[in-house]
Amino acid sequence: MVPLEYYLAVAAVLLVVGVFGIFLNRKNVIIVLMSLELILAAVNINFVAFSVFLNDMVGQIFTMFVLTVAAAEASIGLAILVCFYRLRSSILVDEANTMKG
Amino acid sequence: MIESIKYIIPELFIVLFTLSYLTLSVLSNGKTLVAYSNNISAIFLLLASAIVLTQDISPDPVMNGFYSSNAFTSFFKVLILTLSALILHLSDDYLKKNNLQIFEFPLLANFSIVGMMIIVSANDLLSLYIGIEMQSLSLYILASFSRDNAKSTEAGLKYFILGALSSGLLLYGISLVYGTTGSTQFHLIYDTIMYSDSLLGLQVGMVFIISSIAFKFSAFPFHMWTPDVYEGAPTPVTAFMAVVPKLAIGAMFAKVLFDVFGGIAHNWQLVLVFLSGGSMIVGALGAIAQTNIKRMLAFSSIGHVGFALMGLASVSPEGLSGFIIYLFLYSIMMIGVFAFILNMEKDGVLVTDIYLLAQFSEKRPGVSFALTLLLFSLAGIPPLAGFICKLYVFMATINSGLIYLALVGAIASVIGAFYYLRIVYIIYFMEKETKLDGRMPFTHLCILFLASAAIVIGTYNLLGVEPLTRAAAQSLIY
Repeated sequence: MVPLEYYLAVAAVLLVVGVFGIFLNRKNVIIVLMSLELILAAVNINFVAFSVFLNDMVGQIFTMFVLTVAAAEASIGLAILVCFYRLRSSILVDEANTMKG
Repeated sequence: MIESIKYIIPELFIVLFTLSYLTLSVLSNGKTLVAYSNNISAIFLLLASAIVLTQDISPDPVMNGFYSSNAFTSFFKVLILTLSALILHLSDDYLKKNNLQIFEFPLLANFSIVGMMIIVSANDLLSLYIGIEMQSLSLYILASFSRDNAKSTEAGLKYFILGALSSGLLLYGISLVYGTTGSTQFHLIYDTIMYSDSLLGLQVGMVFIISSIAFKFSAFPFHMWTPDVYEGAPTPVTAFMAVVPKLAIGAMFAKVLFDVFGGIAHNWQLVLVFLSGGSMIVGALGAIAQTNIKRMLAFSSIGHVGFALMGLASVSPEGLSGFIIYLFLYSIMMIGVFAFILNMEKDGVLVTDIYLLAQFSEKRPGVSFALTLLLFSLAGIPPLAGFICKLYVFMATINSGLIYLALVGAIASVIGAFYYLRIVYIIYFMEKETKLDGRMPFTHLCILFLASAAIVIGTYNLLGVEPLTRAAAQSLIY
């Protein structure tokens, strides 16, 4: 059996990749949405791994909820992005700059 | 199980109302109901708050430890429901004038209110997460509600990206806490923490959870989204976001800190001191350069969050009740100010530039006076209620030995007084013809005057909420 630490390490790496994907990315918003999905994937790995090693169902149930909410979240994000694209004809992160100060 | 349904009647009531409203609106093509939809929802929210008042409360968690219903949750639920009813009523005129009145507005607002009620009552990290997502997903859509407006969609996009990031961090924190304690229920985690020495994963998870809640609460290192979203979102949505979620998230913050991590208060106290001090300074300095009143209020809300957090940072029942009193009075002052801002009009168009208020007192002396009282109270000038609630949190902070934090707070509130008083100066003394010509509807005037009357009467007895907040604080601390 693969030890728990391995799962946690993979999840931590995914989380870091996701967070950096949001902050270092200067290109487009779709990449940001993908990074958000990576963060949620990291969380799911964590939950399932803990759930198996603790022999407790709650973690897996939590994962089901996270998956559902992630789908809803992505759809709302894409809907807002479509509105944004209609007005600007662009989804570049740097274009989102009408408000400053 | 079935007998514990009585503890969630208010939530069920709103959900049933909202779903039947959705069905009716869709079946009737969204035409017939839409003109009255905001006011109908407001009435149902007031009914729900009456239900909360008559509801059974239980000292122990209910629904198999998933939920709780006690003095603390009832206090916040009544506040949330009443204030959102008022805001829905205030929004009606704006939506009509700006061609935004479609049936989805009260629908989304209601869903986010249900989410906030779940947040306040949650006794399990799972129900907490579901509540947070329910309120923030609705708020993302509401922030970009004016789809033809570039600022509004941009605000929605920024809010969505940063909000989703903070939810992801919250989940990561929850997964670590679950992994180290083996449970997601608040009281079980609390017990596990009490009976074990050192849990490294737990502390990392705690930091993740606290920072993501600070994000939703717009406290200092995570406040960047607040000014943009407040400025870009349609004004009724800004009013909603500035008043109601602050109460819900604040209640949840207190609950998570004391109910879950109460046993390791020495570990989070410094984090809270940092959040609170930073927010007060950023709020005071950031607002100075602003001329857009919505943006200015965004910084002011960051500052007020900092003052409120002083109460939590002092880790005492006294501080907790000061925190609750602060949130209560802050929301009352804000709703009065927004009743005015929603009617700042020039040639029938809503404006937000503060210099257009020049000489406003000549035209509408009564309204100007009420607004001035509210601004004085926000600045914390004695003897108004805004000063009294600051006094409570400062006292609690000093009593628990955090004198330097109280000092930072005093300096920040002096700097912060500048930008409130500048608006008063513009209203009364600036030499310029006023450009505002909007007429406030009667009910909006009532809300403005009631709010300013409340803060004047509040100096005398804090509107009688002090014993309530003590009971609420008591039910939170074991």
